[in-house]
Amino acid sequence: MKRALYVLLGLAVAAALWEGYKAVGNPDGTVLFGVRILPRADDLSMPHLWTVLERLGRPELTGGRPVWIVVASACLFTLGITAAGFVIGALIGLLLAVAMERFRIVERGLLPYVILSQTVPLVALAPLVAGWGGTIMPPWAVVSVIAAYLAFFPVAVGMLRGLQSPSASGVELMRSYAAGWWRTLVKLRFPSALPYLFPALRLAGAAAVVGAVVGEISTGTRGGIGRLIIEYSREATSDPAKVYTAMLGAAVLGLVVAGLVSLLELPLMRHRRHVEVVTL
Amino acid sequence: MSAVVVDKVTKTFNRGRTDEVTALSEVDLTVADGELVSLIGPSGCGKSTLLRLIADLIQPSTGTVTVAGQSAGQARKEQAYGIAFQQAGLFEWRTVLRNVELPLELRGLSKRERKARAEEMLTLVGLEDFAGHYPAQLSGGMQQRVAIARALAVQPPLLLMDEPFGALDEMTRERLQSELLGICTQTGTSTVFVTHSISEAVFLSNRVVVMSARPGRITASITVDLPSRDDAGRQSPAFFEKITEVRQALRGTPAAAPPPRASEGAAAGTDAR
Ligand SMILES: Nc1ncnc2c1ncn2[C@@H]1O[C@H](COP(=O)(O)OP(=O)(O)O)[C@@H](O)[C@H]1O
Ligand SMILES: [Mg+2]
Repeated sequence: MKRALYVLLGLAVAAALWEGYKAVGNPDGTVLFGVRILPRADDLSMPHLWTVLERLGRPELTGGRPVWIVVASACLFTLGITAAGFVIGALIGLLLAVAMERFRIVERGLLPYVILSQTVPLVALAPLVAGWGGTIMPPWAVVSVIAAYLAFFPVAVGMLRGLQSPSASGVELMRSYAAGWWRTLVKLRFPSALPYLFPALRLAGAAAVVGAVVGEISTGTRGGIGRLIIEYSREATSDPAKVYTAMLGAAVLGLVVAGLVSLLELPLMRHRRHVEVVTL
Repeated sequence: MSAVVVDKVTKTFNRGRTDEVTALSEVDLTVADGELVSLIGPSGCGKSTLLRLIADLIQPSTGTVTVAGQSAGQARKEQAYGIAFQQAGLFEWRTVLRNVELPLELRGLSKRERKARAEEMLTLVGLEDFAGHYPAQLSGGMQQRVAIARALAVQPPLLLMDEPFGALDEMTRERLQSELLGICTQTGTSTVFVTHSISEAVFLSNRVVVMSARPGRITASITVDLPSRDDAGRQSPAFFEKITEVRQALRGTPAAAPPPRASEGAAAGTDAR
């Protein structure tokens, strides 16, 4: 409840900053030594928020569906892609973390590549997998793969840290109970890792949204919000508010994903209400 | 049959490396059934190491450890002992009750049995009203009592305790000492109790085993026979006599009045000086 209030407060602050800058900013932007350091504040570059909201209500093209329906359905499409990518990525991240915790040699051999994987630019990666679309999997699934590629990383790293977090005495206690690797994992390592897992999942959620949006654009997949942003930005000069409706949709999508991920914590972290817990 | 037999055990950590440490050298120790033996000595003399060897958490470099007639490893697999460390080491995501249930869970007891047994143990340590609390909501002393209840939950024939009351205030400490004594006499549990408090060792034990450092060895084994183990016992001359005797043994000066009596199973190297 309190959290929802903070989110609303954050939105209000963002809106106030936007309109505030529009009110005081130079319509031609602020240029220093030939470099524009502050953006233009005119109606073409930064339409009023109410113009954007009003644009949501009007049809996309004359006689077409209202923009808000188009944006909402595009967001839903991307949400599906994000969810699939998030689940696949989180599962892979979990499995990698468990494998790395179990076998020292896997950690040594794999961790550098896990980290390296995130330095490959997404735009370079996308064309490589784009060819999978329509052949071995539907085009949207390719975008999910890209989302998963970004989402697995925080989970793998955070979860590995979490699985390694129990104290030596906790591990010895389990050994004194003659508990093997699996039962130590279930009873000790996994519960100790939860405070590390949840921040990692939140990062993974954000990464999956970015992956889905950028993935849609770079593979040219139709139907999602990423594609919509590109389509609407072509009309930026004639209809500047339109592209911002799509961006607003992407922002809301990010918030919804973050909210859904934090809902996951509620049933699993009952003791957290009583205890301060380390975070990543 | 003895509860514990440690036979010529040497433990060297990091053997062959520059940071090689001989934590224990040629240690012999026998704990009889139902006996409470304290290990006392300066820090770093290998008390925890000896306890962990008995618990099969580490393996001896040479020598053998026997627990209840079997190898230490076998005894651990059969959960033949309960262990409590200096830090309570409770699982913070479990309630107090579920913490005490943990070893029972791993033994495969049914839910109802576990709950009944854990509640019984919590009553024993006086925490029955805190079953639903989380560890972070309890004071250090209460957490330690939960850890003791957890160690006792499987009703082990052998109890291993590593400075369990080390971090507690004097009052809690004395109360827990009495509770522990009550439990041990009630159930006939054999106990190995590590401490660095002389009075605690003398008050609790049938026998105080004194160790010295570098390399860790047993230097004396002092049998204690107090008239009673209660507040009167803490005031008795016998109590103070034994405290003096243990202190002198710790300092390495031969005791003035009664020389250290070597009891059965006494330490090798009693008169190493
Ligand atoms: N896991 C370990 N690795 C290396 N050295 C150790 C290890 N555990 C204990 N030691 C060393 O063994 C000696 C005895 O330690 P310990 O048994 O903890 O002493 P005590 O409990 O009597 O204070 C110390 O010198 C300590 O540094
Ligand atoms: Mg110690």
